[in-house]
This record gives sequence, C-alpha cells and structure tokens, in this order.
Amino acid sequence: MYESTWMFSLKRIFTLPFVLLGVSILTFVFIRFVPVEPAEVILRLARVAPTAEAIQALREELGTDKPLFIQYLLWVKGVLQLDFGTSFVSKLPVAHELFAKLPATIELAVAAFILILGLSIPLGILGALYRHSIVDKVIRLLTILSVSIPTFWLGFLLLYLFSLKLGIFPTNGKGTLAHVVLPALALALPTIGLFVQFIRSTIIEELQQHYVQYAQLRGLKHSVILIRHVLRNAAIPLTSLLGMTLGNLLGGAVIVEQVFSWPGLGRYLIESITNRDYPVVQCYVLIIAVIYVIANLCTDLLHRLLDPHLMMKDRRD
Amino acid sequence: MNLVRKDRVHSKGLFSLPLLLIIGLLGLFAPIVMPHDPLAVDIAKKFLAPSWDYPLGTDHLGRCVLSRLLLGIRYSFGSALVIQLVAIVLALLLGAFVALKRGIIDFLFIRICDILLAFPTLVLAFGLLGLLGPSLKNVLLALIFTQLIYYSRMIRSLFIGINKKEFIQAARITGTSGIKLVIRHYIPNLLPPIVTIVALDVGKVILEIAGFSFIGLGVQAPIPEWGMMVNEGKQYIRQHPELMLYPGLAIVLVVLLFNHLANNLKKLD
Repeated sequence: MYESTWMFSLKRIFTLPFVLLGVSILTFVFIRFVPVEPAEVILRLARVAPTAEAIQALREELGTDKPLFIQYLLWVKGVLQLDFGTSFVSKLPVAHELFAKLPATIELAVAAFILILGLSIPLGILGALYRHSIVDKVIRLLTILSVSIPTFWLGFLLLYLFSLKLGIFPTNGKGTLAHVVLPALALALPTIGLFVQFIRSTIIEELQQHYVQYAQLRGLKHSVILIRHVLRNAAIPLTSLLGMTLGNLLGGAVIVEQVFSWPGLGRYLIESITNRDYPVVQCYVLIIAVIYVIANLCTDLLHRLLDPHLMMKDRRD
Repeated sequence: MNLVRKDRVHSKGLFSLPLLLIIGLLGLFAPIVMPHDPLAVDIAKKFLAPSWDYPLGTDHLGRCVLSRLLLGIRYSFGSALVIQLVAIVLALLLGAFVALKRGIIDFLFIRICDILLAFPTLVLAFGLLGLLGPSLKNVLLALIFTQLIYYSRMIRSLFIGINKKEFIQAARITGTSGIKLVIRHYIPNLLPPIVTIVALDVGKVILEIAGFSFIGLGVQAPIPEWGMMVNEGKQYIRQHPELMLYPGLAIVLVVLLFNHLANNLKKLD
C-alpha cells in the first residue's frame, strides 16, 4: 500500500488539529491532577491566612469552582487569545514572562544547532571516506563518548577548563558571543555524536550504490562525485533527524541553562516547578508541545518532498 | 560455519558485559565492600585527601567518597535497570494486547500515543516530575511512563509485522498450538530487537536520572546518586574539583560500557 505525497501530506496536516486538541486536553488535565488547591497556593504566597472563606472567594474569582468542562472551554478560549493565565508568584500574565525568556533559549538552541551542523558534517564525511582507518576510529571513539557524557557534567568540565583554569570564556551570563560558546557546546555535543554516526553510515551506504561506480567509470573526479552526487543524496535522510534534534535541544536546554545560569525558558521552568507556580509549568509544556508538533510536521513534509525516490514512485503510480 | 565466524568477529565487542556485571555485583554487595558508612557525617574529616583509609578522600561533610560511589551504583545503575525492565514488560503486555485486538482499541492506542509523543520526552518527564514532586519513586514512575510510550508502540508494530509473515500463517494453518506458536516463533523473532533497544536505552536512562537529580527534581540528598553527588560537588568546583569529577566519571564509565554493549548487540542482529 503506497500513498502519494499529496495524500500523505494531506493526512498529516489533517491530523494536526486532533493532536493539538489532545495536547490541550492533556495539558489542562495535567494541572488538575496537582494535589494542592491553586487558591491555597496563591494565598500562601501572598501571606494571607488560607481560611475557608478566603479560599472560596478566590476560587470564584479564578473560576475553579465551575465544572471541569466549562473550565476547560474558558481556558482554551483564553489560550487562543494568548492568555495563559496569571503566574502565582509574579502576578503577571504567564505568556508575558515566558515569551520574554523565549529569545534567550532560541539563541542558545540556534548556536547549538550551528555547532551540530558545522562539526558533525565534516566529521561524518571524514569518517566515511577514511573508514576503518585511525582517523575513523578516533572519530567513532569521540562520538560514542559524546553520547555517554551527562550534559550537566560536561558543562562543568568546560566551565572548569575554559573559564576557571584558562580564562578564555566567561563563567556565566549572557550578552556577547563568548558567553554562548560553552553552553551551546555542552548542549550540542550529545546530538553531534548521533549526527556523526548517522552521516557516516548514510555516506558509506551511498558510496556502495551503482551510480557511484558509473560516475567513476565515466572518469569523474572524486571530489565531483562526492560533492555533486553522494553528499546531495546523503543530505536527504538527514532531514528526518531535525524533529528529534529540536526535542533534544529543548529538553537539554533546561539542564544546560541551569549549569550556566542562562536566563532562558528552562531556568524559568525549574524555578516555577520549585515555587509550585503551576500556570507557568502548564504554559511551558503547552508552548513546547505546539512548537514540537508543528516542527515535526514540517520535517516530515520536507523529508517527503525532498526525497526523489519517493517522488519517482509517485510519478510511476 | 557462518554463525561461528560471526561470533568470533563480535565476541571482542562483548567485553563490556563482564565489566558491567562486576559493577552490578559491587552495587549489590555495596554494604560489604564499602570501607565506610557513606552517610556518616564527620565535619572534622571534611575534604580529606586520598589515603589508605579513604581511597578517594572525603567530601564537604567528611563522608567517604568511594563508599558513596559504591552505594550510588544502586541508585544510578540499579534504578535504570529497574526502569527498563518494568517498562519493557508492561510494553510487551500492552503492545501484544493491542496488536492482537486491533480495531477500535488499536485506533485509540495509536491516537493516544500520537498525543503523548507530541511532547519531547524530557519535557514530558520534567512536567510529570514537577507535578509529582521530587523523589526517587517519582523519577522511576516518570521514566517508566515515558519509556512505556515508545516501547509499547514499537512492540505493537513488531507483533503486527510478524503476524504478516508467511511462516506464522503457515504455522497457524497447520494447527500449531498457541503456546508453541509463542515459544517457537514469536519469542525468537521478538527477542533480539527488544534486547538491543532496551540495552541501547539504559545509558540514556542513567543520564536522565542523573540529570533530574542534578536540577533538583530527582533523587534527594543525602542519597548518593551520582548526579546528586555532582550537584553537591559543584559548589566546591574551584577548590575541590575532584568531588564532581569522580561521580561524573562513574556515570560516563557505566554509560559508555552500556552503549558499547548495545552497539555490538545491534551488529549481531
């Protein structure tokens, strides 16, 4: 059973609203599972005695006395207008603060992504071209090491070595390019390992294809075969990794931001979890899920559109 | 002939297995092999340099670092194994059930998985832990849950794939009994991919447990989980970097051995 690219794309786009609906219900239910009463948390944080009357009054104000279904509809209505509720701690709209922290995390993720592509593509190519040589062995050792190191520990090693001992990079804070290097490296490394392994094996697979032998027989230069044909074909499967990469970067950022005191979403999340500031946690989970779902949809479609094998099949059917 | 050669090529890659066994045994018999009580605080003995009495020195509370690392095997390595085992057993039951029932149950299962997979694994685990509160038990629960989503889906498709194979249909038609079908056909076909995937993820789970402890959402002090030990050592990074060096190296060693083992298991398939 083969479906055409169009059917595939339509189906994937069609399921998006259902997944988002499910995500919104799950995120909403998520906060209702919290064993503590939100009104009580707010009163405690405001240093007001949590008497039964005060809690009741606040519940009416918050709308948490209404039936669950009505609460959900009200919440969705708010979310669609980018109103994610109010933080228990700062009393400011949650969206306001989260969107204020978002650029720092994006900056970190983009820097890490540049490092991932910049380091893993040359290393993967090198490993494939000189496979089973000493160069390849060293690269493979480094890649297996990079997926075995805890991000936070790596972060501290980098801090210790490059900031405390050598004094090349600042220990924490944000602003200049020098500030972003170490956190981005710590965030990128595990994914670099995965990418190098993947790129290496894809290129090796491509090199064994008949078109490479044909190109050699035609007398094309090795560099031409490699750049024009092999790398181009090897780049396509790489797009299927992009969704997973985004997930790794968003999840990893929570830990890396903690090590380097990077003022992004991840640090804010941990702070909010510690403060039991549930509206913030809820909003964070929802925003990340929406970004992740849409990104995954885009990579799936991109992969499908770029892969000539699948397109050829389309035309034949 | 072919099989023998295959074994010889890859048996050198299995040297990590005995090493992991030794580490596991050290954790199991930690109370016997530990030179000191890993929780005994003695401020007078803080930051001692390595000696015969304290092979790796003492930490900021005067506790024996080596004893803490040894007991930590149970929390870092042991809990990862427990998580993987529980998750895969539950996934086998759930995946097989869904694959055999098909129909509306299968449809609902896939939709729910789709929705749960809409959250990056780590973010889902952070959310769950934030909700449940930090403790060893909750780390286990959160990680079993996130692993279960992937595994049950994978096992469902493995089952459906095998069901379509001709040898299964042939066995069915010739009247092979249900038990024999499972023992002779399903288990031998399911086991290799499952063992590889479970082994491949142990390292990842150890890293996640350590990460949660490190940011304060996981195992709590004074339990000597290795990520927790790195967290405790980080305040003394300037004067005593070794306090965070040792537990980190322990994590890297175990995860490395596991990844090495899993990579070689993958090749055997």
